Amino acid sequence: MTCLPANTDKKLGLVIDLDTCVGCQACVTACKEWNTGGHMAPLTDIDPYGGDADGVWFNRVHSYEHMTEMGGRTVNFPRSCLHCETPACVTVCPTGASYKRASDGIVLVDEDKCIGCKLCSWACPYGAREFDSDVGVMKKCTLCVDRIYNDNLAEEDRVPACVAACPTSARHFGDLGDPASAISQLVVERGGVDLMPELGYHPTNKYLPPRAHTPRAASVPAPRLEPVQAEGGFLGWVDRMLSH
Amino acid sequence: MHPAFSVVFFTTATGAGYGLLALLGVLAGQGFVPPDFWLGLVGMGLALGLISAGLLSSAGHLGHPERAWRALSQWRSSWLSREGVASVATFVPAGLFAVGWVFLGRTDGWVAVAGLLAAVGAVATVCTTGMIYASLKPIAQWHRRFTLPGYLIFSAMSGSVLLNALLQAFALGSTIVLTGCVLLTLLGWGWKLATWRHNDRLEIPTNANTATGLAGGTVRSLEWPHTEENYLLKEMGFRIARKHKARLRQITQVLAFALPVLLLITAFALPWPYAAVLSALATSAQFAGMLVERWLFFAEAKHTVTLYYGR
Repeated sequence: MTCLPANTDKKLGLVIDLDTCVGCQACVTACKEWNTGGHMAPLTDIDPYGGDADGVWFNRVHSYEHMTEMGGRTVNFPRSCLHCETPACVTVCPTGASYKRASDGIVLVDEDKCIGCKLCSWACPYGAREFDSDVGVMKKCTLCVDRIYNDNLAEEDRVPACVAACPTSARHFGDLGDPASAISQLVVERGGVDLMPELGYHPTNKYLPPRAHTPRAASVPAPRLEPVQAEGGFLGWVDRMLSH
Repeated sequence: MHPAFSVVFFTTATGAGYGLLALLGVLAGQGFVPPDFWLGLVGMGLALGLISAGLLSSAGHLGHPERAWRALSQWRSSWLSREGVASVATFVPAGLFAVGWVFLGRTDGWVAVAGLLAAVGAVATVCTTGMIYASLKPIAQWHRRFTLPGYLIFSAMSGSVLLNALLQAFALGSTIVLTGCVLLTLLGWGWKLATWRHNDRLEIPTNANTATGLAGGTVRSLEWPHTEENYLLKEMGFRIARKHKARLRQITQVLAFALPVLLLITAFALPWPYAAVLSALATSAQFAGMLVERWLFFAEAKHTVTLYYGR
């Protein structure tokens, strides 16, 4: 059913720390690696080694320059499905292939029902859905639904692949519907924000803005090098001859 | 947005087809058009042919056309599903109306009722098509009050110009129909100009700052996550050069509005068959012009995902 659940028992999602993300793309490759064999498999690549490579990815990391009065900084920005509370990608689906789970709020696509009309990708402002032209269906982040409930994995591994891979702990996973959860506390503490809140999709995932510039950080460059004295002797003579 | 020919043709053809169907359903059912066999065959053939060709064209752009029947299931939430239901449902009274008119030679009684129902279905279907676009928040140029009336006006316009050409071809032309399609074409022209004017001055609150959550200052894309164009950019990152846009808007205005109005006004003054030839030319010019208009409708629409790519 593409009608949305009135509310979900949990609001599972991600919190992404734009302060600590270093743009290493580890989450991107971990996501691709897991999901090309997971619930939405395959994540088709077309002409992967050619000049016109294209393919399905659930997670893409952009780099931006954010210029403010305080100066400029580079911000690495992972972009993936935000598992919105009011996802228009679900309600526009004509077949019932797209749905939001009442149990945990995860937005999924049933590939067997998808007719590949692409309307859901038009309805998503965040570009979270990517069409697999080889299989003819729409694909999207599953929040690693096949990891987080997977009894075959060790308990600490039952997190999305992108979260497990992040070397700087810039990605956090948890229940954003529970105000007492560690992840909700983190959002409150760091002033986590919604993306494009004005569109009213109520994303579950939150982004933690980069911390303010601090005067504690080293801002003095290394001392300037002194000009080299003209050297005498044989080497000085060689230098002068070569410098002519 | 990428102007896929299948969708451009679909909306243009079904717009004209449903417009003609609605007009035939009302006018023939009420006795304004005689229940002539050839007129019915050609008229209903044109209307249902345009609609069917459009629907088939739209099914052609699906990844899995063989599953298209599933699209009838989610009418509670999806305008696309409602469009599917409305278009299929409209075929029932439209088919009965065509059978009554063409094979039974009558457009009164239950055939007239079927004609009215077909007209209602046609209007409803065009509304659902318009709402598919008007309901998409990420595309500001479509998520406007102009979109739905635009679809209805253009459908009525192209349907009436087509009806006029049809009646003229059977030497049944009337000044009322001619006047009607001139007025509707002028209305369409005015609506399109107003829409362009509105969209050119559009100021939307969504920008690279709100898209990234980085408040204040400027956000500039340094590097894309990928080196080649991906699905998002191919589907939603379509850009049209400003000079092409201006030229195509001129072409739209000439072909879809100015030329048809000129030809139709001239048709007032000329006897049959010259009036019929001019009416047919007006229809062809307008259909070509509406294809350009619909191409621009997609090409000029900007999706919010382009903000992530600095476009």
